[in-house]
Amino acid sequence: MLDSNKDNLKLEAMKRIIGMVAKGREASDLFPAVVKNVVSKNIEVKKLVYVYLVRYAEEQQDLALLSISTFQRALKDPNQLIRASALRVLSSIRVTMIVPIVMLAIKDAAADMSPYVRKTAAHAIPKLYSLDQDQKEELIQVLEKLLYDKTTLVVGSAVMAFEEVCPERIDLIHKNFRKLCSLLVDVDEWGQVVIINMLTRYARSQFTDPNLQDVDEDEESKRPFYEDENEVDEEQQEKRAPTLDPDHRLLLRSAKPLLQSRNAAVVLSVAQLYHHTAPRSEVHQVAKAMIRLLRSHREVQDIVLTSIAATATRRKVMFEPFLKSFFVRSSDATHIKLLKLEILTSLATESSVGIILRELQTYVAAHDPPFVAAAIQAIGRCASNIKEVTDTCLNGLVSLLSNKDQAVVAESVVVIKKLLQTQPSAHREIIIQMAKLVDSVTVPQARASILWLLGEYSERVPKIAPDVLRKMAKTFTSEEDIVKLQVMTLAVKLCLTNPKQTKLLCQYVLQLAKYDQNYDLRDRARFLRHIIFPADAESGGPTRLSKQAKKIFLAPKPAPVPESHFKDREQFQLGSLSHYINTKANGYQELPPFPLEAPDPKARDVETEPQVMEQAPLFTAKKVSSKKDSKFYSDTESPEDESEEDENSSDEDDDDDEEEEDSSSDKDEEEDDNEDEESSGLEEKLPKKVVKSNAKPKSDEEEEEDESDEDDSSSESVSDSDSEDESSEPSSVPKKQTRNAKPAKESTPVVKPKSNLDLLLDLDDGVFCQLISKVLSVIFCFQFLQHLLQS
Amino acid sequence: MIHSLFIINPSGDVFMEKHWKSVISRSVCDYFFDHQRKASSPEDIPPVIATPHHYLISVYRSSMFFVAVCTTEVAPLFVVEFLHRVVDTFEDYFSECTESIIKEHYVVVYELLDEMLDNGFPLATESNILKELIKPPNILRTIANTVTGKSNVSSTLPSGQLSNIPWRRTGVKYTNNEAYFDMIEEVDAIIDKSGSTVCAEIQGYIDCCIKLSGMPDLSLSFVNPRLFDDVSFHPCVRFKRWESERVLSFIPPDGNFRLMSYHIGSQSIVAIPVYVRHSLCLRESGSGGRLDITLGPKQTLGRTIENVVLEIPMPKSVLNCGLVTNQGKYTFDPVSKLLVWEVGRIDVTKLPNIRGTISLQSGSPPVEANPSINVS
Repeated sequence: MLDSNKDNLKLEAMKRIIGMVAKGREASDLFPAVVKNVVSKNIEVKKLVYVYLVRYAEEQQDLALLSISTFQRALKDPNQLIRASALRVLSSIRVTMIVPIVMLAIKDAAADMSPYVRKTAAHAIPKLYSLDQDQKEELIQVLEKLLYDKTTLVVGSAVMAFEEVCPERIDLIHKNFRKLCSLLVDVDEWGQVVIINMLTRYARSQFTDPNLQDVDEDEESKRPFYEDENEVDEEQQEKRAPTLDPDHRLLLRSAKPLLQSRNAAVVLSVAQLYHHTAPRSEVHQVAKAMIRLLRSHREVQDIVLTSIAATATRRKVMFEPFLKSFFVRSSDATHIKLLKLEILTSLATESSVGIILRELQTYVAAHDPPFVAAAIQAIGRCASNIKEVTDTCLNGLVSLLSNKDQAVVAESVVVIKKLLQTQPSAHREIIIQMAKLVDSVTVPQARASILWLLGEYSERVPKIAPDVLRKMAKTFTSEEDIVKLQVMTLAVKLCLTNPKQTKLLCQYVLQLAKYDQNYDLRDRARFLRHIIFPADAESGGPTRLSKQAKKIFLAPKPAPVPESHFKDREQFQLGSLSHYINTKANGYQELPPFPLEAPDPKARDVETEPQVMEQAPLFTAKKVSSKKDSKFYSDTESPEDESEEDENSSDEDDDDDEEEEDSSSDKDEEEDDNEDEESSGLEEKLPKKVVKSNAKPKSDEEEEEDESDEDDSSSESVSDSDSEDESSEPSSVPKKQTRNAKPAKESTPVVKPKSNLDLLLDLDDGVFCQLISKVLSVIFCFQFLQHLLQS
Repeated sequence: MIHSLFIINPSGDVFMEKHWKSVISRSVCDYFFDHQRKASSPEDIPPVIATPHHYLISVYRSSMFFVAVCTTEVAPLFVVEFLHRVVDTFEDYFSECTESIIKEHYVVVYELLDEMLDNGFPLATESNILKELIKPPNILRTIANTVTGKSNVSSTLPSGQLSNIPWRRTGVKYTNNEAYFDMIEEVDAIIDKSGSTVCAEIQGYIDCCIKLSGMPDLSLSFVNPRLFDDVSFHPCVRFKRWESERVLSFIPPDGNFRLMSYHIGSQSIVAIPVYVRHSLCLRESGSGGRLDITLGPKQTLGRTIENVVLEIPMPKSVLNCGLVTNQGKYTFDPVSKLLVWEVGRIDVTKLPNIRGTISLQSGSPPVEANPSINVS
């Protein structure tokens, strides 16, 4: 079918082949037949051939070369989509032989007119790099050029390529730092993540630690700081802000709005930026957004909770106001419940422990065994971390001992054991109660814990301990290994404290252990026997040991300190893969510690202006228009200056615009709309306000309100921009308005509001501003002519 | 970045694979299956699994696993979020995303995946752009294509891709310009035994269906925007405007999208529309228990509450339920031990009630049941 002349048949054949590829079946023997079709005129066939080619080119290198010339031709195609896809496929064919060809193609594409093709070039760089590491130097040169690009489309991909190819060349970023910050909001979501992660590393290497100076005073002022998050806080921040490098501040400020992104990855990357680089007083701002992510998909929850758990060990106060958000729902998956418990216990303080304990109590009644166990352990951790509640917790745990569920009892025994160790004072009753449990508890871990306790505190319960030992000796053979070991330990300890009653029992137990199947047990038995009952009394050595036996076995033991196992994750960048799995992942870039001395901030001063001037005016125009684009969403409104036309640049601009139009004839239209707004904004002398009535088709809005939102007064009111439009026909309105706007536009060029210049202030070069305004006016005029012609 | 993607069906078959770099054998999924076997439910599989050479990052959507394979350090959320976006796109294209649908449209799926990722890095994820590149399948077009020989794949670059408003197509024309806004609010509350609220929060969404011509620029203002604790927006919303004036100003994408989602946290008071009075006693002795649940409206400001569904996961020991309702229907699934009571509308004069006996396996300990309520 592939050899047929009909496109339909070819398409059908390709579809079947792709089906095979998708299912993972081997289809490489069809390679020659498929490759022929790379020249097909039918775009869909072509696309499928591309897909196939990328999949199998590596295996059939020689045959793949047949297709190369087609791509080379396509790289010169006037259609930018075809240029881009040719480059994509060409660079995806992993055949070492074509490296020079790809290199050449990338270089060409990096200087391409279309930002889309440049973006593809940026994507191709890491592909080529992975194919041939020797090209690194040359690739970095191309990359440097791409990093200078001012189009939002390209920047994200360029930074991605930077991360893959040369993350150590931080010097390439200096000049682009401010640009990256200002464009950040407009870059696509995926690019944002990559850029923020990269800038975090950059900030760590280029700025000094903002927390360095105020470490000691921060400790005291921490509390009032975090509690109210509003005006007061802002003021205090302002006071402290001056210590921050202005560029550092710029980075934090431009990243902050992204906390409201719909993309969880972006939010978390901003969170980690704040966590790692922001002054301590500002980190809390991210907490709210992180809490919001908890309402997202299960996988997102899991990863965010892991990050929070790690953060919470160090920054308790940050999440304290949101304590209730971590309360466990019965519908949560088990591992999410466990993470929430972890966070709850980390957050517990004297004031909040009451609520938390009450919650934990309810959790114990849940029917999810691992979760219940974790809840009991959490109670234990709370108890030992906060001294005030230890007794209450202990009582609560003891009451759990009478629970019907074996697992609950067992877990509480283990936790109580740990708790008693921390304060072994007078808890005789508990120990007695535990001793009684030996008869009923079957979980080996718990039995072992009880035995250990009895041995350790046998002096407090002199009557019971030997009795328990007697019972255990009876059932010794049927116990689990872990219990057996503890029985031996108990026997030895009792034998030392109360030799009269237990010496025989002890010997009996050790005798039993001697013939156990487990070698560990046998070893232990032999070892203990030689210390306690030195076989030959005449030799001096053993006796000396046995004299010390009491010290050996009954030495006071340090209490275990229950710690969060998220504590050691600090070494990894928050939200990274390494952080999640807590081991270093392949290709993980360490976060450098803050330098003590900030490197020269002048490196970031952009002296690109002269460079741009040197380049062809054509490029300037491109740059300017992208500048304007970026402003479109970053700032509320950007009415640009207009001045007389500049003859020199106008020609180039026209060329440029025409180029653009080839590909996207509609783009101008949309820009026109924006300009309509802008110009009319000017006219009304309300430059700050987006004029919503303009260019906005009247809409029949229908609201469907949900029942559940009744009393929160957030009842939405869809702004029907201007109510007087209501009656007029919906479709006619926009046209009329644009028509109205046009004459207004024509008159505006004369009006030149000075205040608008400040929008361009980030380009500190005055001359450059002038140039921009001139160029802009040319573009505008051109587009207006176009528009007039069209309408 | 993302190396490969495997789609796995509930029975554990890899029915689709796609590689963006060199091919990784599907045997890598064995590590995933190991974890799957260990987990009690599909929800419990950890989203990130580290294997000696690869990292498997998976999401679980519509009872399929989407497993992405990475070889180097990458932000896990990045991948998770992307996978969800892939599923969303499939749902957008095929109106639902199931195994059979994916198998049926494997070519479109493959083309989509190819467009969405380049060398493991997301390229075009905006559904408006994708729809211009690859037309969503529908019967009419399929027929038209076979007759005219046209294809589903566009030959020109969508203009949106290049503009600074990548989410909106240009040249949209409607004869009827209309915009619909849906407000969805979910109240999540934990209520203790005595009926007092432990914690309650609201999660809300504003979903839009915009059918407007040209480049409309809309603004949406709220009566009391201070109520929002935390909001997240579609990228089309201007952040600055929201921060300064609390007005949503945006150029909407064409068609359906989620404009914003907001969260009203546990600090503010949240009114819960219903209350539940329950008594459940499962006796250990004998083999029976009693259940009595009454539902009632609370602070509804005169509005009726509809489509009330009550779900109670019963303890393992429950064998069956013999219940009588005065309204709605109930079902009990003896395998998953889930009691579902579809109440419907709550009538203030006659409060819905369910009561009856529960038969228990003898000798099993009683467990406190925790009902979770789903009101819509």
